[in-house]
Amino acid sequence: MFGIDALYLARGQFAFTVGFHIVFPAFSIGLAAYLAVLEGLWLKTGRQVYLDLWKYWVKIFSVGFAMGVVSGVVMSYEFGTNWSVFARKAGPVLGPMLAYEVLTAFFLEAGFLGVMLFGMERVGRGLHFLATCLVSIGTLISMSWILASNSWMQTPQGYTIDKVTGQFLPKDWWAIIFNPSFPYRLVHMGLAAFLCVAFVVGAVGAYHLLRDRRLGRKPTEAVRTMFSMAMWMAAIVAPVQILAGDTQGLNTLQYQPAKIAALEGDWQTRDHAPEILFGIPNMQKERTDYAIEVPWAGSLILTHSLSGKVPGLKQFKPQDRPYSPLIFFTFRIMVGLGMLMALLGVVSLFLRWRGSFYSNPWLHRFALAMAPSGFIALLCGWITTEVGRQPYTVYGLLRTTESVSPIALPGIATSFAAFVVVYFVVFGAGLVFILRMMAHEPVPGETGLDPHEPTRTAGITPGPAQGPGERVLDQRPGGFAPHAAE
Amino acid sequence: MMALSHGHLLTGQAYWLPVLWSGIAAFTILAYIVLDGFDLGIGLLFAVEYRPDDRNVMVNTVAPVWDGNETWLILGGASLYGVFPVAYATVLPALYPTIIAMVLALIFRGVAFEFRFRADSKRGRFWWDVAFFGGSLLAAFAQGLTLGGLIQGIKVTDDAYAGGWWDWLTPFSLLCGVGVVIGYALLGAAWLVWRTDGPLQARCRHHARTLGLCTLALIVAVSLWTPTLQGHYLRHWYAWPRILFVSPVPVLVAGLAVVFWRGLSREDVHITPLLCALGWFFLCFTGLGISVWPYIVPPGITIWDASSPPSSQYFLLVGAAVLIPTILAYTIYSYWVFRGKIGVETHYH
Repeated sequence: MFGIDALYLARGQFAFTVGFHIVFPAFSIGLAAYLAVLEGLWLKTGRQVYLDLWKYWVKIFSVGFAMGVVSGVVMSYEFGTNWSVFARKAGPVLGPMLAYEVLTAFFLEAGFLGVMLFGMERVGRGLHFLATCLVSIGTLISMSWILASNSWMQTPQGYTIDKVTGQFLPKDWWAIIFNPSFPYRLVHMGLAAFLCVAFVVGAVGAYHLLRDRRLGRKPTEAVRTMFSMAMWMAAIVAPVQILAGDTQGLNTLQYQPAKIAALEGDWQTRDHAPEILFGIPNMQKERTDYAIEVPWAGSLILTHSLSGKVPGLKQFKPQDRPYSPLIFFTFRIMVGLGMLMALLGVVSLFLRWRGSFYSNPWLHRFALAMAPSGFIALLCGWITTEVGRQPYTVYGLLRTTESVSPIALPGIATSFAAFVVVYFVVFGAGLVFILRMMAHEPVPGETGLDPHEPTRTAGITPGPAQGPGERVLDQRPGGFAPHAAE
Repeated sequence: MMALSHGHLLTGQAYWLPVLWSGIAAFTILAYIVLDGFDLGIGLLFAVEYRPDDRNVMVNTVAPVWDGNETWLILGGASLYGVFPVAYATVLPALYPTIIAMVLALIFRGVAFEFRFRADSKRGRFWWDVAFFGGSLLAAFAQGLTLGGLIQGIKVTDDAYAGGWWDWLTPFSLLCGVGVVIGYALLGAAWLVWRTDGPLQARCRHHARTLGLCTLALIVAVSLWTPTLQGHYLRHWYAWPRILFVSPVPVLVAGLAVVFWRGLSREDVHITPLLCALGWFFLCFTGLGISVWPYIVPPGITIWDASSPPSSQYFLLVGAAVLIPTILAYTIYSYWVFRGKIGVETHYH
């Protein structure tokens, strides 16, 4: 009834909007945790540098969070607009989890966000720290619910199917939430969010170290501190993430072997399987062209044994195979970036030991180049797991072709075009604002969001667009004038 | 009590849970209208308030709370998905264009909150102000169209939308769109009467008078039109003895109108006009409930037809019973922290 084109456009639109959206929550999750750590360190040590960094990053957080909220509104309706059959059938299972996500987490974030962003002078320090922590915990709970529902679509259990309506009916909520792939996905995604932010923070620090070096001035303590904190994250968390990814791979092999076969570009099911480093999977001819293979490595990686049996795509019917040419590459990009992240961590440890951590420009250039690596790896990983779930929305049970809304091609095409235009304008502008804020060096006595910047009253030159030098001149001792409103 | 759904007789939990949930869903939508209505109204008033200082004050009155307000809309969508999946899966495809227009408009207006303070030129600021106004206008209008499109009825066969691409576009839905725009502008003006002072407050009193009149006229128009849309709407209003319970609704609207105008004309009254305007919204919403009950997707799908099984509704109910009161409590706390009149010296960005 509805052509394949409408289905592809519906998928494309959903992938586009969720792909944009996923970046902002990841940024918020990581940055909220970083802000909580900074504020905790400030309260514990009383060192000004932590407060400066908190105020520097909270401005960036507020823009990123706003973009997460508005792109999230789209998601909560798009399941119905684009995937109405899926929504009707899987709604009884997935709907309550998404509603819990909003209830427990989003509200925790949004409710305490105002206090966190604007309330530092209005509530006590302890209460303000609590608000920051609650926002951070809120982002983590939010992620848990989303990943529980996403994991259920990958490894469904704890349901029955209604014979009349075809709906999935929840039987055991514990089994639904703690489905087999959930714990692995949660750890992998959580670490990914932390790494996204660690590499952005590290790159901003590196940028200022490089610029200060070029201008022949001494980097501020804030710059050195943020760079150092980020590199500790790279050194410790990136290797942990590689282990987490490995365990998720083993879990996927157990529950979704077709996904593993597709992302590895393997066609024959065999033991002593090679690892294909590069190649171009060919879905028509059922082989991977131009393959460069490492003998036995495939079995070793996937089964931790040289003789382990690894699935091939030919084991599955052609209509049940995920599209290998895409996820073969996204998976490799993700893994490659993960290796580079760990390498940066190791290099940073070495230079720390050698004492040239703050002075070696090659380390800083490497860190600067790695700025988007977390986000690229995150998106590639997400594409790998979601496209790898195809041709199903609920794995093995509900096909994507049977999930789509009865919306005609012109409707989807129009809205897709509108989404593309709006997202590039809005999020492009957001990115420009964020980069502009990052281009300013954090200064001692950094202004946060709420101090009463006189420039704001003029309504022409906003605070964050000023140079750091000007802002130092504006700085008042203590910084907090009594409120006109009180 | 019992009801029929898909030919089954429903009793006990299967009857009461959907009733309870329709109450919670109605409350969520009402909370969204009450809380985000004045946010959007402030954007609409950018059309008549040009001075940068005034615009900053207007935005600053809602800056700390707007994203919390908007999450009620997300909660509305998510709980509809979990509790009434059939409604979610039929209403959204039917009203696809208005829903998409609304979310796109909310994106523009949401980021304009953050970006207008960060624009580095007058020109940049001007365009983000246009986005703020345009986003507010389109979001409000699309919400009205969505409401109108739902009330006038949605064509459904076998639990799936069976109508056309433009079914939602009728004179009635257009009238609802205009009604929501004017009503939100009224909420915005009344909010500013409460939260600002000086010349801006005086002008907002004036705006509120005009908008109040228009809102009342539109309430009357929509109220007279609605019962003619579906046979059972009319019966719900004029059937004896139900008329005893529903007749106070128009009477209360008129009573609030008196209090509203007296409040606006007195210099020492600040919050009363806002409360009266919110009262109108509450009464309109109640009236709407009286008309459509027990249908969630008029004319054919009742709340029981649309429901997910009791296991889903009960699971979510546990959380909602604990969390919605908690959320309300700290929403009130947030408003308390950021209380008071906002002047040009107060900045939240």
